[in-house]
Amino acid sequence: MSERPPRVLVTKIGLDGHDRGSRIVCAALRDAGMEVIYTGPWQEIPDVVKIAAEEDVDVIGVSSLASDHLLMPKLMEALREADLGHVAVVLGGTIPESDEKWLREARVERIFHPGTPLPEIVKSIGQLALEVRARDTLA
Amino acid sequence: MSESARHKGPAGSGAPQFAEAKEEFDEAKEEFAAAKEKWRREFDKRVDGDAAVRNQSRIEVKPIYTPEDWNGGYMNDLGFPGQMPMTRGIYPSMHRGKAWTQRQLVGLGTPEDTNLRQKELLRAGATGVSIGPGNVHFRGYDIDEVEPELLGTCGAAMCTVEDTDLYLKDIPIDQVSIGANDPSPFTIAAQVLTVAKQRGIPWHKLTGTSNQSDYISHFVANHMFYRLSLKGARRVLVDHIWFMNENVPNWNPLSIVGMHMQQAGATPAQAMAFALSSAILHAGDCMERGMAPDTFLPRFTFFFDVSISLFEEIAKFRAGRRLWARIVTERFGSEDPRSRRFKFHAQTSGSELTRTQPLNNITRVTVQAIAGILGGLQSLHTDSYDEALSVPTQEAARIAVNTQNILREEAHLMDVIDPLGGSYYVESMTKSMEEEIEAIIAQIDDAGGMFAAVEAGMVQAMIGESALAHQKRIDAGEDRVIGVNVYQLEDEVIDQKPLERPDPQKIQAQLARFAVYKEKRDRDAVSRALDDLAAAANDPSRNVFAEIVAASENAVTHGEIVACLRRELGFGKPLVVI
Repeated sequence: MSERPPRVLVTKIGLDGHDRGSRIVCAALRDAGMEVIYTGPWQEIPDVVKIAAEEDVDVIGVSSLASDHLLMPKLMEALREADLGHVAVVLGGTIPESDEKWLREARVERIFHPGTPLPEIVKSIGQLALEVRARDTLA
Repeated sequence: MSESARHKGPAGSGAPQFAEAKEEFDEAKEEFAAAKEKWRREFDKRVDGDAAVRNQSRIEVKPIYTPEDWNGGYMNDLGFPGQMPMTRGIYPSMHRGKAWTQRQLVGLGTPEDTNLRQKELLRAGATGVSIGPGNVHFRGYDIDEVEPELLGTCGAAMCTVEDTDLYLKDIPIDQVSIGANDPSPFTIAAQVLTVAKQRGIPWHKLTGTSNQSDYISHFVANHMFYRLSLKGARRVLVDHIWFMNENVPNWNPLSIVGMHMQQAGATPAQAMAFALSSAILHAGDCMERGMAPDTFLPRFTFFFDVSISLFEEIAKFRAGRRLWARIVTERFGSEDPRSRRFKFHAQTSGSELTRTQPLNNITRVTVQAIAGILGGLQSLHTDSYDEALSVPTQEAARIAVNTQNILREEAHLMDVIDPLGGSYYVESMTKSMEEEIEAIIAQIDDAGGMFAAVEAGMVQAMIGESALAHQKRIDAGEDRVIGVNVYQLEDEVIDQKPLERPDPQKIQAQLARFAVYKEKRDRDAVSRALDDLAAAANDPSRNVFAEIVAASENAVTHGEIVACLRRELGFGKPLVVI
């Protein structure tokens, strides 16, 4: 990845505004040399898709504390429809264990639960960005 | 000073008694110094390379505290509860006279669902009710304006006077105090007033608090509650305080929040400073509008997070109490002793709860609650142990209530007022916290006060830096969190109880009922009320909140009121600083 650092969109969809987690993750990704776009909370799904396309991101990180992850299938579908199916989507926050199966089936690639160390998140997102770039080259 | 020296009256110059006393005094000093030196040597032998220990507020904590750290200026530093300097408590009797209010925040599904849960909590020992609508409401919308998946998942799906009435069904609101989670423009308070009128209860019999009324904390930290522009929120808050003071005298219209800042990462000292600076702002605004300080200050309340850092939290609350008493007299010239009472509600820190080995959280909540109780709180919410997993289950909520019951009924925590007062450590740390808090308040004063400081993003940046530093200390293993960075279980299977999600049929029925509600209203009355509201918003000489109450009485919904004010006073967008 010598050409440019990974580009990551960090966002919160739905109605919750608790953003301590998303802001800390943004700062850690930035400090690790990645290019980070942070939307702040309450994003509409079409807006997230639009920003992801315009900013040509490799990874989208969605943060959820209070049930907003229930909207993930809608986001994933909107990304596919916009031809952004190659972008890796990860989720972090208070995600009940029992929802993990269907989130994986909706092709959410990683779920970071509370307590995950920042270096682990940074590494994981860096790897995903590499994989996304490799997919793009092969395609 | 020896007994003999004290009783023989003032020593004249050259009096032999004085020389004797001085000798004894010097001897005692030498004895102290020698003992201390001996201890230090022995301590250093046992503790290898004693690195500086710091609390969450980054204040250094010594291995021992002695009269060198606090010299026992009793009346100056402590005094008696209910008297200046207020260190020991705001009431003469504190918990010896009356237990704290046990108020749990609940809300899920429909208003009927939460009404049942609420009544169960009252039977289980809760002594106040809370009104906890979900994020849909917090964001200022009616239930038909959002994705239905989100309804009732983290609060009750409600938005009309009818909903509030159902929420409070069979609950004697003239006897039980109400904590309404009700940010500006205070539609729930308006609906409660309407319900009281319908039930024939005079407004002066209502007791309660407009929780989440402090827009500053929402602008900088918990953005979820942030609805109107900064200037708009500022205007509506002062109108709300004015209206409630005049018409609902036993209601606390303002709860100043340090909680959200600490949950967002601020240190305990920062959170206390931000809350006090916010209080200075709000009090100044009320005075500018022509209210005399002692008409509104007795109704100011505070809301804090309480972390597991036990002694630091106790020191934080003692310091906050002392500072507030001084601020109201020195800055506002208040003369009414009631204005000096630093009344606060505390909630145990949810951000310290872990997803791994979740039952450990019961212990964390217990320690946090003890810190708040020994710190002299007036009401308490204890978190459920499963909050890092999901919206709390019923069993976990019951354990949270019983944690309070055990602390109140079994642990003898209420026998003695301010039981840690006089401890060299606690007094010294109270002073250190006080100095740290004052320094941050001075920084905010220099930036032009809290309003200017948050407009410029200064407070947000401070919170962000503390949050990141805290996470880095955890990642580095410097701050230890059981089950997260130490004592992890290999292959831990998170044993999560089946999640209670709202019944989709009930949510559909609630949406249908809302449609009927809107259909059967007097449409002319609704549009007249909204016109009045818009006109009042644009006329600084009118009270906007009076029109919100009038709108509720005319069946205007929560979402309609917020939308109208967002049009007239500006949509609230927080300033996000990374």
